Amino acid sequence: MTRVVRRRYLALKVDCDEPLEPSALSDVIWNAVLRLFGEVGASQAGLYLVRFDEKSGVGVLRCFHTALPMVRAAVASITRIGNLKAVVHVLRVAGTLKALSRKEGLVSERSR
Amino acid sequence: MKFTDLHLCVSWDNLEQAKRLIAKSAELGYSQIGVPLAHSIREETVDQLRQISAEAGLDLVTRLDLAPRSAGELLTGLRRFRRKFEVVSVFCNSKSVARQAAKDRRVDLLCFRSFDSSKRFFDRAEAELASASSAAFEIDLAQVLSSFESKSGVGVFSRLRREVAIASGFGVPLVISSGASEPLFLRRPRDYAALAFLFGLDESQAKRALSFNPGAIVERSRSKQSEDYVMPGVRLVGGGRGD
Repeated sequence: MTRVVRRRYLALKVDCDEPLEPSALSDVIWNAVLRLFGEVGASQAGLYLVRFDEKSGVGVLRCFHTALPMVRAAVASITRIGNLKAVVHVLRVAGTLKALSRKEGLVSERSR
Repeated sequence: MKFTDLHLCVSWDNLEQAKRLIAKSAELGYSQIGVPLAHSIREETVDQLRQISAEAGLDLVTRLDLAPRSAGELLTGLRRFRRKFEVVSVFCNSKSVARQAAKDRRVDLLCFRSFDSSKRFFDRAEAELASASSAAFEIDLAQVLSSFESKSGVGVFSRLRREVAIASGFGVPLVISSGASEPLFLRRPRDYAALAFLFGLDESQAKRALSFNPGAIVERSRSKQSEDYVMPGVRLVGGGRGD
């Protein structure tokens, strides 16, 4: 049976003066999507923070491929995380985690 | 693809800050940056900024921001400073300034600082004038981000969407620039293209506004300032001695 839902994996890099917890990043992305596209938009995005390395500030976010423009816009609109000035860059987008790791060497499959 | 950010607010009296911002721009994938300078800036400071940019692998474009109070003041400013800078932008604070800027061929960029509807004059008449004079409409994304950080973005996006549609209808080039004054305000060109989705630009239009349109403005301005330029469409090709 074919998979109906196609996903996209976004490699993210957070620039912030202090280290962040994964939950803080997840919350701020959810809030940005909710603020820009509302609850219906957020429910169609399929957002999930797959992993986030607090030291390097690099993480992987998953979303539905139909919601990719929305998610990219929401991520780019982030200017603060909590009280800290922050910016979240999208480094790469791929269809699978394996492809993401091949493209950038950012995500180790073994660390899943 | 070569990306240009025509509005990087580098502080020319703080070279350390300038270095950080320029290095960040290079890291994020830009190849050309426009730095707004004061009309009284010394040549050595510009050379220093040019050197810092060259070390980071960037091409520096000198930019002058004019914020005149009247059309007459705009004309005086253009007459005095146009030849000293590669790109000239005009902050249109009144309708008369906006109209004069849109029809003057010496103006490269039309900017509107406020999202208040009474202070934005980019309508169909303005677009028609701008399309004849080849002035571009600049969207400063730092201003967009900061304005909807503090309040709702509904008004900002609806206004920008309307203005983008008017500009596209009249063939006025759009230029997206960062307006960043510190590294944490800077984003990758692809991220800016993603933000442009919020006011109705698709990816190819947004990329054009980040690369081709600003690049063309710089190229046109540099060719006008070169020694062989005579007038639009006329260029000196020989030495004038029959060779």
